[in-house]
Amino acid sequence: MSNNNPIDSSPREGCPVHDWATDFDVMDPGYNRDPGPIWKDLRERCPIAHSTRWGGSWMPTRYDDVRDMARAVPTLSSRAPGVIPPSPEMREILIQEVKEFGAELPPISADPPLHKPFKQLILPLFSPKAVETYRPFTEKLANNLIDKIINRGKVADGAVDYAQQLPPRVIAYIIGIDETRADEFTEWVRGILEQGQANPEIRLKYRRIIRDYFQEMIAERRRNPRDDAISKLMEAKIEGENLSDYTIIGVCFLLLVAGIDTTWSSIGSALFHFGTKTDHRNRMYAEPELFPTAIEELLRFYSPVKMARRVLEPVAFGGVEMQPGDKVIMNFPAANRDPEVFENPDEVMLDREQNRHMAFGVGIHRCAGSNLARMEMDVALRTWFNRIKDFEVIQPEKVIWSGGQVRGPRVMPMRIAGA
Amino acid sequence: MRLCVDPDKCEGHNRCYSIAPELFEVDEFGLATTKNDGLVPEGMEDKADLAIANCPEFAISILED
Ligand code: HEM
Ligand code: SF4
Repeated sequence: MSNNNPIDSSPREGCPVHDWATDFDVMDPGYNRDPGPIWKDLRERCPIAHSTRWGGSWMPTRYDDVRDMARAVPTLSSRAPGVIPPSPEMREILIQEVKEFGAELPPISADPPLHKPFKQLILPLFSPKAVETYRPFTEKLANNLIDKIINRGKVADGAVDYAQQLPPRVIAYIIGIDETRADEFTEWVRGILEQGQANPEIRLKYRRIIRDYFQEMIAERRRNPRDDAISKLMEAKIEGENLSDYTIIGVCFLLLVAGIDTTWSSIGSALFHFGTKTDHRNRMYAEPELFPTAIEELLRFYSPVKMARRVLEPVAFGGVEMQPGDKVIMNFPAANRDPEVFENPDEVMLDREQNRHMAFGVGIHRCAGSNLARMEMDVALRTWFNRIKDFEVIQPEKVIWSGGQVRGPRVMPMRIAGA
Repeated sequence: MRLCVDPDKCEGHNRCYSIAPELFEVDEFGLATTKNDGLVPEGMEDKADLAIANCPEFAISILED
């Protein structure tokens, strides 16, 4: 990892990890390729690990611990939900802004009582009924992408040419912004969630781009109101008061950031799975009725999202005492591999029926977009399997995975046998 | 068999509704309620058990058998 990262108190970025229990590195490429064995070892030996890397944090690996932590609100606060902490410069900006305007990205960065009204504001956009109205658009999009892939020939990148293309267009459609700029949106979001994790300048740059863009969108709607999510947010009231532009921008920013990298990762991971496991791939071709359980199982096994919490008062979990200011990584992905809860947790079972996974979190911060993400996965995979006769990942060990906050394949060349 | 959803625990994951739309409804905020006063029609017991086993908030319980 980059060693020009000024936020880290330890000088060891890039040094190999000797003991994951006391020195884990969430940006380690090997870990992000296959974290399962490391979690298994930690769960047995040191279920709440600690590291001073990346600003220092605790990392639980057991289901019950993660669940207890997610529900310990607001002792574990969401005010700083980034897995990799912001730079000192960025932190100063945030502290100033929060003083002036309130939570930066509500509801994800808000605690009670502020959290709920913001969550209620956006939930109706993502209810099961609302999500079904976005399905035809999503299906058309998926088919257009497959047309292009098939036309181009026998090789395609499942991450870049397909998985990455769907979520930004769907969320742009819902928010009411220009879908044709989807590639830019993706670049911005990756600037925040991927490159920007370790590089504060990039993070600040893209944060500014996104905030300026939505400021512009608000100004446009002030002149010409429309019937889209931005306009709805501009009309919405919380406790009788309209939202400030800062807050509206924050909510749109969150929807864009939360809706793109995450779902892209889950679709890409699913294609990685089927593109490397021939028996599972053939089974899906033969038994498409397995899609509902298969999708939940892939969400469990390849859970893409980790979040963070900030400890506000002294508290203990699983015998580990935590102090105010400590950071805790909400390791939903590791919780989903806990053998106490899941039979054969390190195995993908396409027909797993009992699957109480936490890929979308638990408690008050349950992913607001979970219905949307599931619909997108469903459409993406069904369309892919319907239209493409066979496929495989060309060199599984060369696939590049992102890590830190969101884990998923980013470069994944595949051989494609067209319709 | 009669089910109930604890509204204080339900966070709207929607797993129950997608497994058993015959037994549950969800509102626009995702909150689930049981249909038909929670009474599980004959033959639907397995689906009811699956909904219980998949709710990430442990919000669904059996009131009586
Ligand atoms: C497979 C894809 C996705 C995964 C795995 C995922 C995962 C998560 C997780 C684990 C959380 C919990 C955060 C916490 O506990 O602090 C969360 C929150 C959230 N997600 Fe997603 N997400 C996905 C897709 C989406 C999509 C498509 C949207 C739509 C815009 C979205 C919007 C949100 C929002 C707004 C929150 C904040 C909710 C709150 O704080 O109350 N997510 N997501
Ligand atoms: S699965 Fe559980 S949390 Fe989700 S809607 Fe149903 S009862 Fe509520």
